[in-house]
Amino acid sequence: MPYGYAGKFLDVDLSKGTVKDTTFPDSVLTDYVGGRGLAARILWDRLGGYWRSVNPLGPENLLLALTGPLTNWYPGTRVCVSGKSPQSNGIIGSTTSGEFSSELRAAGYDGIIVSGKAENPVYILVTDEGGEIRDAKHLWGRKGKETVRLINKEVRAELSGRHPGRGLVREPGILYIGPAGEGRVRVAAVMQKWSHAAGYGGYGAVMGSKNLKALVAKGFGPQPQVANIDEVKRLWAAVTYAMINNADRLRRWGTGYGGYEVGARSSSEPVRNWQDEWHDERGLGGPRFDFRYWIKRYWSDFGCPSACMKVAMIRTGPFKGAIGDNPDYELEAYEGPNLGIYDAGGCIYMSVVCDELGLSGINGGNLLAFAAELYQRGILTADELGMDLKWGDAKAFEALAEKICRREGIGEVLAEGTYRAALRLSRMKGLDVTPYAVHVKGVEVGAHGTRSGLDVGPAGYAVAVQGGDHTSTAYDAHDEMNMVFADSAVICSMNAWRPGYDLVFSFYRAVTGLETTREEWCKVLGHRITHIQRAALLLGGPDIVWQPKDDDNPPRFYEPLPSGPYAGKETGRATVEELKKQYYNAIGWDERGIPKSEVLRALGLDDVDRALEAVRQS
Amino acid sequence: MWPEASRVRVFMLVPGVEIPHLCAQCDDYPCVKACPADALSVDGRTGAVLVSKEKCTACGLCIEACPGKVPFLHPRDNYAVICDLCGGDPECVKECVAARFNALWLVQEPMSVSRKLFARPPEEFTEDVATNLYGEKAEELI
Repeated sequence: MPYGYAGKFLDVDLSKGTVKDTTFPDSVLTDYVGGRGLAARILWDRLGGYWRSVNPLGPENLLLALTGPLTNWYPGTRVCVSGKSPQSNGIIGSTTSGEFSSELRAAGYDGIIVSGKAENPVYILVTDEGGEIRDAKHLWGRKGKETVRLINKEVRAELSGRHPGRGLVREPGILYIGPAGEGRVRVAAVMQKWSHAAGYGGYGAVMGSKNLKALVAKGFGPQPQVANIDEVKRLWAAVTYAMINNADRLRRWGTGYGGYEVGARSSSEPVRNWQDEWHDERGLGGPRFDFRYWIKRYWSDFGCPSACMKVAMIRTGPFKGAIGDNPDYELEAYEGPNLGIYDAGGCIYMSVVCDELGLSGINGGNLLAFAAELYQRGILTADELGMDLKWGDAKAFEALAEKICRREGIGEVLAEGTYRAALRLSRMKGLDVTPYAVHVKGVEVGAHGTRSGLDVGPAGYAVAVQGGDHTSTAYDAHDEMNMVFADSAVICSMNAWRPGYDLVFSFYRAVTGLETTREEWCKVLGHRITHIQRAALLLGGPDIVWQPKDDDNPPRFYEPLPSGPYAGKETGRATVEELKKQYYNAIGWDERGIPKSEVLRALGLDDVDRALEAVRQS
Repeated sequence: MWPEASRVRVFMLVPGVEIPHLCAQCDDYPCVKACPADALSVDGRTGAVLVSKEKCTACGLCIEACPGKVPFLHPRDNYAVICDLCGGDPECVKECVAARFNALWLVQEPMSVSRKLFARPPEEFTEDVATNLYGEKAEELI
């Protein structure tokens, strides 16, 4: 086994109530590394034979929580959540920061694989003694802060009881769902702490469908051994220096500093469900958050030098009492201008509403704005919604979010996520409302538009294997593989951004003792993972199977920008079609976007090639 | 890298409220007095508590005697772990400076009865810091 691994994975079948340890051959770890890459391999091996019939919200799906060999050694701590996505019907590697992964690896595990469905709500506790399934009936229905509080108390008491005299026990790491996941809402996130979310993919709904409230880990051992500790220490210092000396803006302000300028300068921020991408509202500027609401300026998870999180609290006014991470850029946009909210307080409040419900701020914010646009156009009425859903009214959006989580009234339809809700509403209304659904492959698009030409590339989402996920867009079939690596070695891509990926791969070699180069990754290993993800996406099902025409932007991105310095600009269909061709060619897909047989076979993916025959024939 | 074996453990019983938990060097050293195996002693130069791995029987009496419940047993080697100030040149300070956080630095302070005020369980510190941060909302969060 390469260095950097704890050495085993926990394999839990919730239907049978069984828990066992499992391992993977060295070659699988070397080729697929961990996180997103290993998730693709595991999912393909276990479900690939009948992918199209696997219901993402059925007991046959898997829920994976995987670390990678660089997790915790490379500064920062992250975990990758995956499974068959109830949004894309493909595979998405969705990562979140927090100490769950350091505790899991301290307990001797690199990841958890969950299959089946528990009869009653449960959580899984992983310690140095192994895994166990525990009752979670008393936790079901609880929002985020309450869930964290109760699990912290319960697990500390339990472990203190098991090891009397050993001293005080620290808190465990927790991955959990809120009411959104319990309600199998397709825009439900897997949460950590209060506000850290694995949002893309809808894996909160997968946990909910398994009656799985949380994964909890508490380990007492060391982090896995590395191949060359002196080199790791040297590189650790280099990464830390790079982030502290050259990423000061990120440290001081977090990504949330972009809340004003991505709209005002780049014209690529969602405004009222992407009806515009420009605004000049200074109410969302960094200082409006900082001076009034921040109660903790630097907050980082274990081992992270960047401290891009800031804790915000609202002390006065209609939103009094809201506490959470200050919205990062994505949430500033999606819980801000996208809902017609232009004041920092309202934006923080809506971010906290999403966090507490375990609703992905991006995907959920997109969904809420979709509903608001239908209200604006008179397609959904106040009667149907149960409220006047006016732009800018945070309390109305909160009420709708609660309804969605309870699947009550119109919430039952909206709980299916933006695209599926659009399909259902189109049938209900006898009117095509899909042009208002801003998604790619069922994944609500991140808060970066393509129209101004200054942000994500014209085909960046259209051909991406993770659809609307802004953290892993497609552009050159080479450097974009860096992101696949970040999600597979499971590190924070923000902490890789300044140091650069040549250093990241040096780090990888120092930790694992392997010889893998960045070139090898970008040309071979990353492609293998991407092809598996592409195959899963094309097979899709059971409810939606994507067609070649679905390699496209949301319709809205072809409407001219109505205002701002880039007014009149749109994405340009001819450009998109040309870039798609170039991309297919570069990555080895045919003219319909299907991975070519000879490309797959050269990479040893014969099983993937055989499965794609059905797609080629159709 | 082994957080659970570190002489400085950080508790985070409430998100946003990190409590570094380590020996405060009480002026009357209740842990040293409580040790029945003569495993604990005081470093005359730094004032830190030293633990003899060989003599420690892992009885846990030092943990009970500590007003802050600071000592704990090493997860693999099963002996009491207490901050020894690294002989006067603490590694944590060096790392913090090397990483350019500059949040830790060395100070010289005479022994004082006030030191004991810092020997408190993390739950108590958490209540204070959480209240300071979150005000009346802290009650719901702890």
